[in-house]
Amino acid sequence: MNNPLHSKKAEWFVTVPGFVWLALFFAVPAVIVLAFTFHGHDASGGVGEWSLSTWKELVDPDYPAIVWNTIRISFKITVWSILLAIPCAYAIARMNKKWRAIVAGSIMLPFWTSFVVRVFAWKTMLHPDGWLQSCYLAWLKTSEWLFSWLPSAMQNFFIKIGMASAEPVSSATSTILDSEAAVVLVSVYSFIPFAIMPIYTAAEKFDFSLLEAARDLGAKNFYAFCRIFLPGVRQGVVSAILLVFIPAIGSYVIPQMLGGTDCILIGNKIFMRAIQNRNIPHASALATLMAVSVLLPLGLAIWWKSRQDARGKRRIEERSARFAASGRGSHA
Amino acid sequence: MSNDFLVFDHVTKRFGALTAVDDVSLKIKRGEFFSLLGPSGCGKTTLLRMLGGFERPDSGRIYLEGSDITDLPPNQRRVHTVFQNYALFPTMTVWDNIAFSLKLAKKPKDEIEDRVNDILEMIQLADQAWKYPNQLSGGQKQRVAIARALVDRPQVLLLDEPLAALDLKLRQHMLIELDAIHDQVGITFIYVTHDQGEAMSLSDRIAVVNMGKIEQLDVPAKIYEAPSSRFVASFIGDTNFFSGEIVSVDGDYCLIQVDGFPQIKAYNDKQLKVGQRVDLSVRPEKIRVTLSPPQPEKGASINVFPSKVGDIVYQGVYTKFWVTSGQLRIQSVKPHSRFLLDQEPITWNDDVFVWWHPDDGYMVEASP
Repeated sequence: MNNPLHSKKAEWFVTVPGFVWLALFFAVPAVIVLAFTFHGHDASGGVGEWSLSTWKELVDPDYPAIVWNTIRISFKITVWSILLAIPCAYAIARMNKKWRAIVAGSIMLPFWTSFVVRVFAWKTMLHPDGWLQSCYLAWLKTSEWLFSWLPSAMQNFFIKIGMASAEPVSSATSTILDSEAAVVLVSVYSFIPFAIMPIYTAAEKFDFSLLEAARDLGAKNFYAFCRIFLPGVRQGVVSAILLVFIPAIGSYVIPQMLGGTDCILIGNKIFMRAIQNRNIPHASALATLMAVSVLLPLGLAIWWKSRQDARGKRRIEERSARFAASGRGSHA
Repeated sequence: MSNDFLVFDHVTKRFGALTAVDDVSLKIKRGEFFSLLGPSGCGKTTLLRMLGGFERPDSGRIYLEGSDITDLPPNQRRVHTVFQNYALFPTMTVWDNIAFSLKLAKKPKDEIEDRVNDILEMIQLADQAWKYPNQLSGGQKQRVAIARALVDRPQVLLLDEPLAALDLKLRQHMLIELDAIHDQVGITFIYVTHDQGEAMSLSDRIAVVNMGKIEQLDVPAKIYEAPSSRFVASFIGDTNFFSGEIVSVDGDYCLIQVDGFPQIKAYNDKQLKVGQRVDLSVRPEKIRVTLSPPQPEKGASINVFPSKVGDIVYQGVYTKFWVTSGQLRIQSVKPHSRFLLDQEPITWNDDVFVWWHPDDGYMVEASP
C-alpha cells in the first residue's frame, strides 16, 4: 500500500513521458498527414492552400488495384511468415538453455547488417546469373522430368507454388527477380524474426507437460500441437501477425529493389508522389487511404469478435442455468 | 491370473550414467490401489512414466492384461495419468477438459454429455463446469484432473504425487476422496508418492523403491511392522536402531550385544546364530518411558534400561521423548489415552526407565 509507485502523483510521473512521446511523435504527425490531404500542392513542392483538390486527384483508376495488391501481398507474406515461424518457435522453446541462446541469437544476427545491404544481397542472388537463380533453374529443369509422371492436377499444383514451370525452362521465362515472388520471398526473410520472437516468447512460457497430458489422454502429436499448443501461444501469434503485416503493408524498399514493374505497392506510390513528384499532399492522401483500408476491416473484425465473445458467454451462462435447473448440479 | 494384470518384467532404464530403474520386476493386481513409495530420485516416477508411455525401457517388457505395451505410444494405451501439476488445459473449460479423451475417442455426443455430467457429479463440481482451470482452487483442479483421467474408464490410472501441491488440510480431505473414488470406479490405481502417510492410508500394497530397485513389496502393515531393510525401516516412520552382535541364542529369543549399551533381548525371527551382526529396529510407540520400573507379568522377560530424559515434544495426541541410555539416544512415543494432567509428569533430566517387550523389536538386516 505504501509503495510510492502506487500514489496518484507517481502514476502521473511514470506515464507522462510515454504520453508525451506518443503525442509528439505519433498523434501529431498523424494529424499533420491528415491535414495535408486537405491542401493542394504548389509547383515548388510545398504544401498549398486548403482545398479538396488532392482527394479529387485520388480517383486514379490504378489506386484501388494497388491498394488491393498491397493487402493481398502483405497477407501472403504474413501467412508464410507465421507458418514458418510457429514450428521454428516451437523447436527453439523445446531446446535446452544453451542452444536456445545460440539459435535465438542467430535469428537476430542479420539485424547487425544494414537492411538495404541485405536486400541488395538478395538482388545479386536472384539475378539471372546469381547462384540462387541458377539453382532454381536447375531445379525447374530437373522437375520437368521428375514431375512428368504425376497426374496433371498435381503438376498444376507444383506450377502454382513455383516448384515447376508451365513453359519450357529458360532464364528468360523463369526468373524470380522483378516479380511478386521475389518480393514475397525476401519480405518473409526480412520479417520472419518479428514473427518468431513473439511466438517464441509465448512458447517459452507454455507448459509442455500439457502436450504430454494430451497424448496421455489419446491425442496424436499433431492433434495435441493444434489443439493445445496453438491456443496456448495464440497471444504470441496475434502479436506476430501484427508485427509482420504492418511493416509489410508499408514496405517499399523490397518491392522497389526486387519487384520490378510487376509488383508496385502502395509504399512505392507514396515514395514516388512524395519524393519524385514532390506532391506531399497527394502522398499524405495515399497514406491515409491505405491506413483506412487496413484499419476499417480490422475494426470491423474486432467488433465482430467481441460480439461473438459476448454471445458465447451468454450461451455458456444459459447452459449453466439449464444445467442447474435440470437438478443435476443441485448439491450444496 | 488376476495377479498378472500389470506386469513389469525385468525393466531397466538408464539416463546417461544414472540407472533410474534397475531390473525391476513387479506384478500388480486388477483393481488394486498400488503405491510406489520412495525418496525423490529413487526411480518411482520413471517407472510411472514408462507405464504411461513417456519413457521406453532400455531392457525388459511391460505387459497389461497379457499384451505387451512396452513400445506403444501414450495415445495408444488405455492408461491415463493425473499429473503432479494437474496439467489442465488452460484454454478449455472444466467441461471441455474432461470431455477431451471422449471426443478423441469419437464417442457419440449424447454419451459424452452423460459421462462428463456423471463424473462432474461424482467429483461434486457440476456447478463449476463452465469455468476455466485458472478460476478453480487447488483442490478443485485436482478433482478435475482426476475426472479427466477417469472419464473414459482407463485400464489403469496413474497418479504422480497428486497431492503434493495441496496444503495439509486439503490433502487429508483429498486422501479420503481418492479412496472413495477408487472404491466407486474399481479401476487399478498406481500412486507415486514420497509421503509414507499417504501411501499407508490409501494402498492395498506398497512397493518401497530405492535407488532404482524395489526394496520391499507388501501390505502397509507388513512394511511398517516388518521392514525388510534398514532403509525401509527408516524411510517408513521413525524407528530406533540397535546394531550389535548376537551373543547367545535361547529358543526363539536371542541376546544382542550393542556397543555402549546393555544386552538386548529380541525375538530371533531370522534364526540367526551366535556371532552374527544384526540391526534391530524398535518403533518409538513400542517403547515405554516410565518413572518407576515396570512390573512384568510372571515369567515374562522384558528389556528394561534406566535412562535420563533429554528432549520432550508435547503433541497433544501423544508426547515424544528422547532419552539417553548408555551411549544411545532412544526415541519413544507415549500416547495419551487417559487424562494427562492427573498423571505424574515426566520432565527434563528425570531418571526414567525405558522398556519394551522382546517381541516388539524387529531384526531388519543381518550380516554373517
